[in-house]
Order: sequence, then C-alpha cells, then structure tokens
Amino acid sequence: MKSLIMIIIGSALISNVVLNQFLGICSFLGVSKQMKASISLGAAVIFVITIASAVASLLYDNVLKPLGMDFMKTIIFILVIAALVQIVEMFLKKKSPAVYQSLGIYLPLITTNCAVLGVALNNVKDGFNFIESVASGFGTALGYTIAIVLLAGIRSRINEKDLPAPLRGAPIVMIAAALMSIAFMGFGGLNI
Amino acid sequence: MKKYWERLFNGLLKENPVLVLMLGMCPALAVSTQAANGIGMGLSTLAVLVLSNLVISILRKVIPDQVRLPAYIVIVASLVTVTELLIKAYLPDIYEALGIYIPLIVVNCIILGRAEAYANKHTPLLSVMDGIGMGLGFTAALTLAGAIRELLGSGKIFGAQILPEGFGMTIFIQPPGAFLVFALIIAVMNAIGIKTRQRKLVESGCDGNCALCSTAGSCETKPAADAAAGGAVKAAAEKPAEKADPKAAENKAEGGAAK
Repeated sequence: MKSLIMIIIGSALISNVVLNQFLGICSFLGVSKQMKASISLGAAVIFVITIASAVASLLYDNVLKPLGMDFMKTIIFILVIAALVQIVEMFLKKKSPAVYQSLGIYLPLITTNCAVLGVALNNVKDGFNFIESVASGFGTALGYTIAIVLLAGIRSRINEKDLPAPLRGAPIVMIAAALMSIAFMGFGGLNI
Repeated sequence: MKKYWERLFNGLLKENPVLVLMLGMCPALAVSTQAANGIGMGLSTLAVLVLSNLVISILRKVIPDQVRLPAYIVIVASLVTVTELLIKAYLPDIYEALGIYIPLIVVNCIILGRAEAYANKHTPLLSVMDGIGMGLGFTAALTLAGAIRELLGSGKIFGAQILPEGFGMTIFIQPPGAFLVFALIIAVMNAIGIKTRQRKLVESGCDGNCALCSTAGSCETKPAADAAAGGAVKAAAEKPAEKADPKAAENKAEGGAAK
C-alpha cells in the first residue's frame, strides 16, 4: 500500500509528466488558455490514462510477453488507446450524458496526447505490475491536471498584462512553464 | 525541378515545424539537452517522416477515405518500430539517450500532420522532398536549441569545450532550461519579424485536423474540440484560420456586436 502511494506521489509531483518529462506539452500549452477547459481536460485525461494504463498493462503481461512480441508494443498500444478512447466516448454518451457533456469534447483529443502512450510505455519499461501500472497512470494524470490548472491560473493573470510584442503568445507561456518547472524541481527533495 | 527545391527550403525555414508551426514540441523540449541528441532525434524523425510520406503518398488512392487516419497510424507505428529496432541495434548510445521519445515519434504531430496535409494529395517524389524539408527543419531547430542548452549548461558544444572549464548553469540542462531556451528562440524569431507565421499555420502542418494531432488544443481550444468530437474535419479546418488572424476575428466580432 505504502509503495503505491509513493508511486502516485512520485509520478504526480516529483517527475511531473509535463514539467519534467515533457509529455503532453501540446495540449498543455494549447488548452490552458481557459480555466474551465483545463479542468475538463484534466478530468478527461485522468479518466483515460488510468484506464489505458490498466488495459495496456494487462495486454502486455498476458498477450505480448508470452508470445514474445515485445517489439510490437508501440503499435499495439497506440491502437488500443485509440480504440479505448472511442469506446469510452460511446459508453459515456449512452450511460451518463452529464459526464459526457463536460468531458466529451476533450476525449478524442486525448488519443494523440503523447502522455497516454508515454505512460503505457514507461510502465512497461519500469516493470510495473498491473496494480502499480494503474497507480502510476493515475498519478501521472493527476500531475498533468495539477500542472495544466496551475498554468491556466497563471495565464489568466498574464493576459491582463502589457507585454513586449515578441513575447506575446507562446514565448511568455513557455517562460511561465519554465518557472513552474523550477518550482516543481523542489519536489525532487522529497525523500520517499 | 524548382518546386522540389522549394519544398525542401519551405520546411527548413519558412514553415519550420517547431519554431514556426509549433508542431512536435514534446520531443523538441525533451531531447534538446545536447546538440548531439538533437541531431539524433531529428534524423530519426526525418527517416520516419520521409518513409511515411512516401508510403502514404503511394497508397493515397488505395486507402479508403473513411479509414485513412487509422491506416496512417498503423503505417507510422510500423515505421517507428522499424526505426527503433535499427537504432537499438546500431546506435545504442543514442538509443539510451533518447529513450522513450523514439517510440513516441508515433504521436509526433509533424508526421500525421504532413501525411494529412501534404502526402495524401501529392506525388510520391514531392512528398518525399516535403518530408526531407520538414525533417531537416525539425533537426535544425533541435540542434540549435541543443547547442544553446549545452553551451550555457556545460560550456560545451557537441562535447567540445568552448567556454572555460567549470562554467555551467546546470538549470539549462535541466527541464526548466528547455522551456526557457525555446521561449527565447521563438521570441527572437518573433522580434526579427517572422510575422507571417500565423498565416503559415493555415497553409500547412496542422491542417485543422486536430483530433489526430498531438498539438491538439494548441490550435484553438473549444472550436477545435467541438469539431474533433463531431469528426468534422472540414469544420476544424476553419479553426486555424481563426488563429491565423485573431485580431481580424476580434475586429469582426466587435464589428458584429456594433451592428
């Protein structure tokens, strides 16, 4: 139990998926324009990554490894993720329209969020078992949500300021991300 | 002949995928710790991009329109796996340094972006030239950023000591340095007047097909998502146009409100 909590904290804060590993940068920079959108995307990402890492882990341990098809993992994982997102979307649409309303539009975008594939591949590389993979997936997605919500907050402040022209747009957002990344480096001192 | 060269230079400077189109930022930020890594990642992506453009261009009349995106993903994923195994076999050092970012070439926006925006409409030869141009542009941007980070972080470029021994702002090699260096490169490019970049976004790269693009939301937030959810590629195509000229869009909105 203790080690699971450590995996979650480690992947959420210490090696934050966006600020430390640079996965999912694109949606991080793009969607963080609005706070509300960021929260919805964060929730959708938590949902999809947790399920995707569970399915990918099961597939890898029970199908790919026994068959000796380790090298096929990239292809299999990306297909599984794409299919999974479709299924989750259809399921939500049917069963809980309220959740679908809030997440729905962000779900398809997640297919190519490299964080999803990145987590699945990282879990395999770290040799996590099923439960650990789910914990690491959840932690990673939590870290993504924390980062994007924080950045959205910062950006709402930046928008009110008068910036030098060349810094407007992408550059200032990336500088803000750099400062956040420095702040998150502090978590590296956590002794777990 | 001229149009082949034009494709080549187009990708290198005018529509540089990273610095102008802002595609493929994840690997760019992650592996630019050293100039040599930048070259390694750039060339791996170039190889995949050229081959995927070639294959998709050859198959463009065979692949049915409705399933083209899954088909592209399978093609790209296969090519990436081949590249990964080759690098692992022949360049183990680079394989170690790039790690997980090699398989992640699959979800690199540049590749699917070019497939969708260029290769499925043009001849194989033109598509290959486009792939080489874009790949070289990507390589150049990564190498530039890698060189700057390496120089500031450890005083070296390509491992050769340039600044005095003992110089080094380690922060530039660590993650924050990646954001900072790219922010400054893009700011400098803005400052020297690459004002046309927004217009360029419309013409290439993203193509508005954001559902399959790892830069997803970066085009626009809600319209992109809406369009993607509906699977309406055409609707999505309007969205970069909005970004292309946010001011004009604002003016229009104001004008509309005034009316």
